Amino acid sequence: MAHADKNLPRSTPETKVFWEGCREGELRIQRCADCGEHQFYPRIICSHCTSDQIEWVVSQGQGELISYTVVRRAVSDAYAAEVPYVIGIIQLAEGPTMMSSLVDCDCENVTVGTKVEVVFENWTEEISVPKFRPVNP
Amino acid sequence: MHPMRGKVAIVGAADTEVGIVPDLSATQLCIDAALRALKDAGTSKDQVDGLITCNSMAEPYMYHAEAMAEYLQIFPSYCMSVGAGGGTTFSILHHAASAIATGVCDTVLISMADSMRSGLTRDQAMAMQSSTGHTQFEIPYGPTVPAFYALIAQAHMARYGTTAEQFAAIAVSTRTHASLNPTAQKRDLITVEDVVNSRLIADPLHLLDCSLVSDGGSAVILTSAERAADFPHSPVYLLGFGEGHGHEHISQAQSLTTSTAVEAGQRAYEMAGLGPKDMDFAQLYDCFTPTVLVELEDLGFCEKGEGGPYVESGAIELGGALPVNTHGGLLSHCHPGNPGSMFALTETVTQLRHQAGERQVKNAEVALVHAQGGIMSSHTTLILSTENS
Repeated sequence: MAHADKNLPRSTPETKVFWEGCREGELRIQRCADCGEHQFYPRIICSHCTSDQIEWVVSQGQGELISYTVVRRAVSDAYAAEVPYVIGIIQLAEGPTMMSSLVDCDCENVTVGTKVEVVFENWTEEISVPKFRPVNP
Repeated sequence: MHPMRGKVAIVGAADTEVGIVPDLSATQLCIDAALRALKDAGTSKDQVDGLITCNSMAEPYMYHAEAMAEYLQIFPSYCMSVGAGGGTTFSILHHAASAIATGVCDTVLISMADSMRSGLTRDQAMAMQSSTGHTQFEIPYGPTVPAFYALIAQAHMARYGTTAEQFAAIAVSTRTHASLNPTAQKRDLITVEDVVNSRLIADPLHLLDCSLVSDGGSAVILTSAERAADFPHSPVYLLGFGEGHGHEHISQAQSLTTSTAVEAGQRAYEMAGLGPKDMDFAQLYDCFTPTVLVELEDLGFCEKGEGGPYVESGAIELGGALPVNTHGGLLSHCHPGNPGSMFALTETVTQLRHQAGERQVKNAEVALVHAQGGIMSSHTTLILSTENS
């Protein structure tokens, strides 16, 4: 189990729909039925207009890398086998930003602005973690 | 004029031994810092009726300040431990000032210490610090604290053409200042080449772009401007303060390259009736070199995007336009975790008393002290001066 000792996300009542989506291969984010803005991470209200009319939608899973780093010294032994690994901040096409890993890439040649798409990495029976890979033009 | 401008002053300031201090626990360091500050102020624990501490990672208490009051056998009317870290360490200065101004208490002791180097294993220290990330949406990816800050550095490089050598210049000038400070943990001079040739930790940050892991404690004593005249040292007045809060988690930041140091600085300048050009020196939170560069821009010492050329010009060195981190900062003096910013405060008092020896900023009268917590998340700016008129 390569992922056994990693920092496993624990689903909460607020994030259950998100993690279930990841398990089913969908990146689910929230959209406000009143103002139309998207948001991530999940919240009980719209962080733009405070409406409680929040609905779940499936993100296209496309975005742009707005920054990144190549981690050369792992945070713990559980991640050491993956060094060097790329962590980035992705701005989704719908607007929200999220942290993730960049996979299927040459970590010595990553650039800000790279177009990326979501992939899912199965960690346990319940948890699949969304990661991103460069979109080949 | 703002009603709090110049109304309180720092009348005592002291640090413990810092660096690697294995024979003192975190609690002992906190008490040692407190006793040294009391001695510096020429007063006794019985005169303290306000106490503020921050919790220790190495030796935590559920209610830390209360535990320290009990240890010292003092019985304050104002007592709290803060979830300190970077900016919060300075925000409590104005909470304490308000408590003094409103008569809740007269004399506040702020003492903070931790034993990050000797009281925790390296893995424990790393795990505790990186837990600042979001548990579901950041930490699973394995970010380290350097990695969080590297995201800011990389974004700045991509947007403004900032270089690794420019970040390195900050580590170099800070080390030069530390070389003049007998208490600093790292005093051997380094070059830009040394920094960029040191091991990459999280691109673009090299080992020497990263602050230290240390033991140490630091304390200050605050009282009203009226009472300050009764203490042996010249008071250091609090002329202005301001906070700015943008996000908690870096993946939620409105901007990676501009922080809410902008708002914190503007609020502090406005209260003090002063601007960036009035500052004789500055102490800027330097957990990693890029934070100093972004803070120099956001606090108005140079234009946005010009931080790289500004630090390369030598402006932040002793003798330059704005000496920064005259004690050696978190990069070279010490960084015992949450209490880290306190040493910038005690150094500022030392400088404004003109007692900094070889590293003294000539004719220093007004200083800006800035810290941030989280990942460039929460910012506090203080403006301190030898005069309150």
